[in-house]
Amino acid sequence: MELNTYQQEAFDYQRPNIEKFGKRNMIWSIFFLVWILVGIYALYLQIAKGHGITGMRDNVVWGLYIVNFIFFIGLSYAGAIISGLLHLSKVSWGKPIIRLAQMMTIVSVIVGPIFILLCVGRFDRLHHLFIYPRLQSPLTWDVLAILTYFVGSVLFLYMALIKDFAVYRDSKMNIPKWKQKLYKILATGYRGAASQKRHLIISQNLLAVIMVPLSIIVSSILSWIFGMTLRPGWHSTIFGPYFVLGALYSGTGVLIVAMWVYRKMYKLEKYFTDKHFTYLGYIMMVLAAAYGYFTFSEYFTSWFGSEKWDNDVINKLFNPAEYGWWTLFANLIGIFIPILIVAIPKTRKPNWITLVAFLMVIALWVKRYLIIVPTLESPALPMQETRMEYVKYAATWPEWALTIAGIASFLLFFTIMSKFVTVVPVSGLEDTFHHPHHEHPHHEQIVDEVKKDNVQID
Amino acid sequence: MKEQEIIQEPGRRNFIKNVAIATVATAACGSIACSCTSNKTAVSDKVRLLSPDGEIVEIDSAYLNHRENMAVLSQHEQRTGIAGKRFVMVVDLALCKNARKCVTACQKHHYRPEETEWLSVKLMKDSEKSAPYWFPKQCFHCDNPPCVKVCPVDATFKRNDGLVLIDNDRCIGCKFCMAACPYSTRVFNWDEPNVPLELQDLQYNAETGIPAKVGTVEKCDFCPDRAREGLLPPCVESCPNGVFYFGDENEDTVTNGSETLGFTQLLKDRAGYRFLEELGTKPRVYYLPPKDRQFPVERGYDDLPENIKERFKDIMEAKK
Repeated sequence: MELNTYQQEAFDYQRPNIEKFGKRNMIWSIFFLVWILVGIYALYLQIAKGHGITGMRDNVVWGLYIVNFIFFIGLSYAGAIISGLLHLSKVSWGKPIIRLAQMMTIVSVIVGPIFILLCVGRFDRLHHLFIYPRLQSPLTWDVLAILTYFVGSVLFLYMALIKDFAVYRDSKMNIPKWKQKLYKILATGYRGAASQKRHLIISQNLLAVIMVPLSIIVSSILSWIFGMTLRPGWHSTIFGPYFVLGALYSGTGVLIVAMWVYRKMYKLEKYFTDKHFTYLGYIMMVLAAAYGYFTFSEYFTSWFGSEKWDNDVINKLFNPAEYGWWTLFANLIGIFIPILIVAIPKTRKPNWITLVAFLMVIALWVKRYLIIVPTLESPALPMQETRMEYVKYAATWPEWALTIAGIASFLLFFTIMSKFVTVVPVSGLEDTFHHPHHEHPHHEQIVDEVKKDNVQID
Repeated sequence: MKEQEIIQEPGRRNFIKNVAIATVATAACGSIACSCTSNKTAVSDKVRLLSPDGEIVEIDSAYLNHRENMAVLSQHEQRTGIAGKRFVMVVDLALCKNARKCVTACQKHHYRPEETEWLSVKLMKDSEKSAPYWFPKQCFHCDNPPCVKVCPVDATFKRNDGLVLIDNDRCIGCKFCMAACPYSTRVFNWDEPNVPLELQDLQYNAETGIPAKVGTVEKCDFCPDRAREGLLPPCVESCPNGVFYFGDENEDTVTNGSETLGFTQLLKDRAGYRFLEELGTKPRVYYLPPKDRQFPVERGYDDLPENIKERFKDIMEAKK
């Protein structure tokens, strides 16, 4: 693979990250692994002793696991939508961050579904989903949706990686044999011939065109697991778009945080510029407003209509003795603060934006909890239970352990992936910074442009 | 039929495998159904039974109607139901005093522990000024069942005879049905259920819910196994006040064991209604409003064990 100087520079710059795992990464990975092992132990207990060791009971039948499922799968959908749109719109600043978005897509589509499996009482019968499928069930839709989506997102990431694999293959990097071999296989003989280029571009475009609407559809289907039931707080027509927005919004937050971390860790300031933070900050702000609008519509119509059953949930959400403080946290930190921080020029800086993005992601996780648990704690009939654990949900340590294990595996997969491919796509840069028909790089010009933009923003 | 009681003898468990349900007709007190035992030590054609009065009586075995407790039904039979039937229930709220006999009878019949209530009695108080009343609630066996709609593996299904049952050999335990049921009817086996040894090896029967299995959902089944025998569900039989009327919509009759009434006529005369009709689930259980009540609501509260009393404390205290 021929590289122009700009690409070569990007590759040389990131090369050590692939060649060496690094001490710091090793320590992190071991740290994550320990948490994953704790999670596996909790899972073993859950399988051996039954779901009784969780905090879930007959009223609150779903808990942290479903919250994590929505959260992670949402990140994945967001990654696909963001990378798909960046790919299609061909905006030049989007090129360096596409890879990161796609990595998020893949990693969270692996982690997310694990959590719905944890919710299932009979691990040993999962094949029933395929041998006795029932199409009426939104859960069957979701199984089909996630599988389709999984295949789509793997292909989408892979297509975007082929050129890079060819670069790695031809680079004579100082890496073990198996890794070289793997790159060779994965590059599928890509040499950058005109026909190869054309085919790749067409497939990528097609996949992007498919992935964006597909993500919206599957995200809606996820919401319908709740929307299709007759429960207050769930049975809502806006749940589809609400979940799409929630996914996009939290995904943008995670992308910002990931950008910040890699920028720091691999010193990628040149590629993840301040401009990227600002632009993603703008996107985050718009999504925050949209998400706030949906949240407001949800609560306001429910409260104004004040049907008894709806009111049960609203009262729980806004009562300080129950979920009131969490609702405040979720909406203040999850909606208002990000808007404010991005809106004020003084705080529109990478560190600030990352900080609010990070807090917002946590708030959106809490928001998912507030969607799931209070509704399940508000059945139509009075609970009148003697066993208090059946009335109020409290997650137990195995659930927390598995939640942390999920986050740890998310981070671990991310770390491993960033040791396997460059975080900033090397070959992808050619389409942006370099017109395909000219072999001369406009590198300086682009850098100037980026600099100018930064000045403008400041 | 009010005299009917289920009598337990020590050592009963030993016989469960070959349990024989004996139906003894006596001139004095109508029929007595005993799920007790044919005594193994009984000599040839004589069988000793415990009478409702606590006396041991010897009865000719010719009077006993032996049967296998758990008849093996094919999957097809379990899923299609009893031909020609449309089971329906009417609950007379005016008669309920929360005696909880239905709850224990149900638990006994299905070998469920004390905490597991397929049938529970709620204390309802519809609004601030309205009077509280006891509200027995089992599965409504809806004609438009939200639980069946969401099951991804067809483990819960609607039968031709109107019943909604569960195949717990197929259930994957996703609990979607529990989230979907607006009536909190379904129960999950969070831990390994305590199934009597004798029942553990039985093939699962959707009509009895036996044996229970960990990680699966279960619920009230309207006891079609009893209907196949021509018997009423234990909740109906055990109720001292005849609160439950069970019957067949096709025949348009329901009975609480002592009186048999026309189903539509009863609904007409007593303004029968279905709970939360607005949800569109079309329950097969109808309620008769608690008009002209036979008991003050306290009758069902004062004598309750403390742990159950706890459930209704807030409503009852507010009343005082």
